[in-house]
Amino acid sequence: MGIRAYGRSVAEAFENCALGMMSLMLEPERVRPQRRVRLSAQGRDGSSLLVAWLSEILFRVEAEGWAFASFEVDSCSEVAVAGWGSGEPMDATRHGLKLEIKAPTYHRLELGEKEGQWTAQVIFDV
Amino acid sequence: MSLLDSINKVDDFTWELPASAREGMLVPGIVFADRELLEKADKDNALQQVANVACLPGIVKASMAMPDIHWGYGFPIGGVAATDREEGVVSPGGVGYDISCGVRLLKTSLVGEEIKDRLRQVIDLLNASVPKGLGTKGRLRLGRAEMERLMRRGAEELVARGIGWEEDLEAMEEEGCYPGADPAKVSERAFTRGRDQVGTLGSGNHFLEIQVVEEAAPLAEKMGLFEGQVVVMAHSGSRGMGHQVCSDYIEIMGAASGRFGYRLPDPQLVCAPVQSREGRDYLGAMACAANFAMCNREAITHWIRECFEKVFKAGARELGMELLYDVSHNLAKAEQHEIGGKTMELIVHRKGATRAFPGSRPEVGEKFAESGQPVIIPGDMGTHSYVLVGSEEALKKSFGSTCHGAGRAMSRKAARKQVRGDELLGRLEKEGIMVRAGHLAGLAEEAPEAYKDVDEVVRICEGAGLSHAVARMRPLAVLKG
Repeated sequence: MGIRAYGRSVAEAFENCALGMMSLMLEPERVRPQRRVRLSAQGRDGSSLLVAWLSEILFRVEAEGWAFASFEVDSCSEVAVAGWGSGEPMDATRHGLKLEIKAPTYHRLELGEKEGQWTAQVIFDV
Repeated sequence: MSLLDSINKVDDFTWELPASAREGMLVPGIVFADRELLEKADKDNALQQVANVACLPGIVKASMAMPDIHWGYGFPIGGVAATDREEGVVSPGGVGYDISCGVRLLKTSLVGEEIKDRLRQVIDLLNASVPKGLGTKGRLRLGRAEMERLMRRGAEELVARGIGWEEDLEAMEEEGCYPGADPAKVSERAFTRGRDQVGTLGSGNHFLEIQVVEEAAPLAEKMGLFEGQVVVMAHSGSRGMGHQVCSDYIEIMGAASGRFGYRLPDPQLVCAPVQSREGRDYLGAMACAANFAMCNREAITHWIRECFEKVFKAGARELGMELLYDVSHNLAKAEQHEIGGKTMELIVHRKGATRAFPGSRPEVGEKFAESGQPVIIPGDMGTHSYVLVGSEEALKKSFGSTCHGAGRAMSRKAARKQVRGDELLGRLEKEGIMVRAGHLAGLAEEAPEAYKDVDEVVRICEGAGLSHAVARMRPLAVLKG
């Protein structure tokens, strides 16, 4: 199970990739953005940063019980990313829960820019 | 050029991809399949993955694939790779994210007719009693010290708390406790993810199934299986705890890869020498996850027994609810094998493959010394599942390994496009199979047509001598995660 997300900047591609991952787990449009949760991750390079970013969100969802409606990245370098997730505590009756995601993988992972458009492709183990 | 052009037929069920087929291969690839399954493996790039695994430093004999081979993340699902314990590597991707994902089978003394009128009641009670799907918490709340004990001691820790039976332990690989577990090598995140998840099913392809034994070979009787008997199968793994261990060590080994200097064809194959700090730490953490997984299935077993007790108003012992066996199909194990007349100490990675040892191996234990180690093979929810036993031939050919299930024939996305969850539910009900599922799209992804024909996969395993069928079951009721 994989997603390909796009953005005009690497930050936007990270935001959209996170939203894409959420949409595999639940229906983000049914989540109320009532609270903002600080998110941050570090990596060795772009690929590991993307994996770390998605792993950070997955941890917040699975271990802390958050459901996110949207994401906002406010700083993104080659090795660190920080931003916010807007959402509320997960509610099985309202959020259209789907699958658990075990992890984002490195298999066929792509992160790159072409003519001003960033692409992030990730395959998840579900 | 397709790898198929380089492959040589060894016999009707064995194919060899020579080490010369692709640059970097250190050993040949061996695929146990018929021509049709082999072509499917080539089409979904799994054959390429067999060749990639053959590039792992210290791999011995061959990169192998069982008949249920299909495309995975880095390693193919159905892949078996053994590495030299002194000179070789261990790869977290060769075990997978769901460390010690596995299957167990519970026997009962009931026959199909006796459950018929109460099947709905049983499956509904199981649905209410066994936590499943995203965001659910288990019924056990464990503190840090309790989690550490559980990781160290495995299923014995739960049995000591009155969850599960003492005799269950001898029907589990490693008697329910994988050796070498070191909780100090498990991250805080892995502890936190696993804390509330003991006794939870998960989602995806995890399930509980009430089945009836449809066909039993003479050996079945020795294992307490008979035609018409009701049995219960459970499929789950190490949950978030194991997923986090795998993620953590893929990062740790990735960060150290410059030091090791390996050139690998896929970053998901990242690995470290078994004898390096990273390798030893991973094996210590992996053992914790394996123990967690066995505890998870043991707790689920406890809830299953409770449900049957409530519905049948009799004790689980009275209902004959003994554990037949618990096997893992995602694990790396330290094993001795003979290669070219020499006994070697190896780490055998099985990813979507099951250990299938003959009774002569000391690991199998007295209980199965005569029959061989039971292998539990879940099929798809519309057809069959199997109990097989390991064989001497498997030891010689595949490091004592066989298939782990039917194996996917269709991606989840393709299955969702072709199958509607509600239609599938109706179709299965018409066939007499009751289904309870977390959500319908997820159910569609697990449709019978999304899987290979399990009968065919088992036939090839038998043909190749990797294992022998003892019993075939068909589903009566399914609870999907």
